[in-house]
Amino acid sequence: MLQHFRPALVMLVIFTVLTGILYPFALNGFAATFLPAQANGSLIVDNKGVIIGSSLIGQAVSSDRYFQPRPSATSGPDPKDASKTVAAPYNAVNSSGSNLGPTSQALADRVKAAVEAERAAGWQGPIPADAVTTSASGLDPNISPQYALAQVAGVAKVRGLDEGKVKALVEAKIEDRFLGIVGEPRVNVLALNLALDTLK
Amino acid sequence: MTFNGWLQIGLVVGLVLITARPLGLYMAAVFEGRRTLLTPVLGPVEHGFYWLSGVKPDKEQGWLGYTLAMLVFSALGFVSLYAILRTQAYLPLNPQGFDNVPPDLAFNTAISFLTNTNWQAYSGETTMSHFTQMAGLAVHNFLSAATGIALAIAVTRAFARASASTLGNFWVDLTRTTLYVLIPLSIVVAILLIVSGVPQTLLASVDATTLDGAKQTIALGPMAGQEAIKQLGTNGGGFFNANSAHPFENPNALSNVLQIWSMLAISAALLVTFGKMVGSVRQGWALLASVGVILIAGIAVVYWQESAGNPILTSLGVDPSVGNMEGKEIRFGQALSAMFAAVTTGLSCGAVNTMHDSLTPLGGLVPLFLIQLGEVLPGGVGSGLYGLIVFAILAVFIAGLMVGRTPEFLGKKIEAREIKLAMLAVLILPLAILGFTSVAAVLPSALTSLANNGPHGLSEILYAYSSATGNNGSAFAGLSANTPWWNTTLGIAMVMGRFGYVVPVMAIAGSIVTKKRAAASAGTFPTDRALFVGLLIGVILIVGGLQFFPALALGPIVEHFLMLSAKTF
Repeated sequence: MLQHFRPALVMLVIFTVLTGILYPFALNGFAATFLPAQANGSLIVDNKGVIIGSSLIGQAVSSDRYFQPRPSATSGPDPKDASKTVAAPYNAVNSSGSNLGPTSQALADRVKAAVEAERAAGWQGPIPADAVTTSASGLDPNISPQYALAQVAGVAKVRGLDEGKVKALVEAKIEDRFLGIVGEPRVNVLALNLALDTLK
Repeated sequence: MTFNGWLQIGLVVGLVLITARPLGLYMAAVFEGRRTLLTPVLGPVEHGFYWLSGVKPDKEQGWLGYTLAMLVFSALGFVSLYAILRTQAYLPLNPQGFDNVPPDLAFNTAISFLTNTNWQAYSGETTMSHFTQMAGLAVHNFLSAATGIALAIAVTRAFARASASTLGNFWVDLTRTTLYVLIPLSIVVAILLIVSGVPQTLLASVDATTLDGAKQTIALGPMAGQEAIKQLGTNGGGFFNANSAHPFENPNALSNVLQIWSMLAISAALLVTFGKMVGSVRQGWALLASVGVILIAGIAVVYWQESAGNPILTSLGVDPSVGNMEGKEIRFGQALSAMFAAVTTGLSCGAVNTMHDSLTPLGGLVPLFLIQLGEVLPGGVGSGLYGLIVFAILAVFIAGLMVGRTPEFLGKKIEAREIKLAMLAVLILPLAILGFTSVAAVLPSALTSLANNGPHGLSEILYAYSSATGNNGSAFAGLSANTPWWNTTLGIAMVMGRFGYVVPVMAIAGSIVTKKRAAASAGTFPTDRALFVGLLIGVILIVGGLQFFPALALGPIVEHFLMLSAKTF
């Protein structure tokens, strides 16, 4: 048994240096040199140099002037008592799904309330599933084309814009499957809202 | 289910099959010590490592020596990782200023990464410093995977050699796996991931001002490199809590395809390596065919159930046409979410791109059941291959009983000693899974951790111990597992599942390697034909699965019928 200690110890040290230090730092150097935008989180910066967000990470929207993202189950520390947590949608330092099971009463109650809110906003017919369900990460940047189109009338009304123009914008922002095969049609909410702000 | 969905699944399966042969043959060359494309560059490095660590690469070990070397290496890895976790506040590269990890969580996490489980009772972005992630956790992503592959190669040599006594040298196999297989593949995959948008930086986070004028802090980190080995090494321990569902870990459908391929690539190729080393690549394909059938059936069930949606939500007015979207990301869709869920548990990966706790009852039953089968579809890197060989031994034994001949596998007689050891290994799983589950199900302090009530609560417990024992690492993550009870018992279950399984398997290898090879005769049961494939499927399902059926009936199966009758808890 003792004869195994030296190789065990030396191998652990050299592989830690190789895979734990050289490997990630070499990748850091490569990424910073050749792919700096992706390496730093695909950030969107406005013309004043302010970081608005990441094109990959969804963000909470409170104003009804914008398209709404999916509900989010992320939480954050309670500002009043740091030992507790409170709901904090799209908290990008604490990704999380709801983890509610299919027969959960809490899930049924939450979805019921969300459906009623959509109905109160005037949406008829079946509610798009992504409008009332939380994503796995709580940071889903996308919504389905159906949900985006469902929001067109409301957003156009608040902004006093022509509904047809807003609808055309949404349709232009629908990203299709890669080569028509891989992935799902989707709309990036932040990209849509940024484009919306430029719409006259 | 849609045609396009199946097309996407077929595309990934095709990619895996295309790469299995070249990668498998390359690995065979690496482990047989033949010259490869990378030898001119890596050969000197490899020999430098042997020189530094005092390893004589030509000196082979018997099964006991090989196993002891692996155990000493694992024990030392545990001690060092535990030490890093307990002292990370004093170590460099801790930009967020995280505290030292508490003892029970450090114990659980160290075992978890050491055993290739990567169960995470913590949330990565709020617990682990960059130093811990890179020099602690990511290192063991490489080493635990390399250890698994080394063991699988040792078991392979038991069948490749006749009348021999040694199985190879653990240090050589470990070094070669890491240098020639894991690091080159990880570099390629990491670069592709960065291209698709996975961050790789030492920045801890950036503050953004959202369109609404609110502040959003976005966690960053050196994650592409870790993500690559997490998938390739079937580790599954994510940089973030949401794992491969997090848009930074898995930004789009193409990165998702790459991640599923990465999970399957080495494990599938290892079956070809096995075939090549034992002198029949066809045997490797026969093993792959058996597990492929069960895996694809598993994918189909998840895809079907998730596409059907949750009738409770449908009755509230939710459109069922896109299926159950709770705990799923838009960009992956149902097909590739279902495939990810089945593959990550058919292997012992445990990465997730959808929250398994929120899957429909039968959609969630599949990952649970696949883990309980022993994760042989085609299994974690290494551990899948030796798990599958145990099932193959049982299959020829049962076939031998039926026709009254001494069973043989690849010309090696399978006798009482091998069968006893194989059963010992196979029985570790129900012992740990059902044993711990039954205790936790009646222990009030354990039950307070449940997030869901009713049968789904039992499923959460059962999933946790299945995942730990099977060294998977995925979870019904509603369970608050970061308590002393769960950290300790799950840690013990992981040790049982890894070492309690592999030590008897290595003993089998030690006994097989000494046997002489019997020439094939008219009475030999061919193990590379459809009949064997069918028999192996049956043995995996019956031996691996039936023992868990009563527990599954009380959990996901009863929940399925309750969901159909709109009962909530």
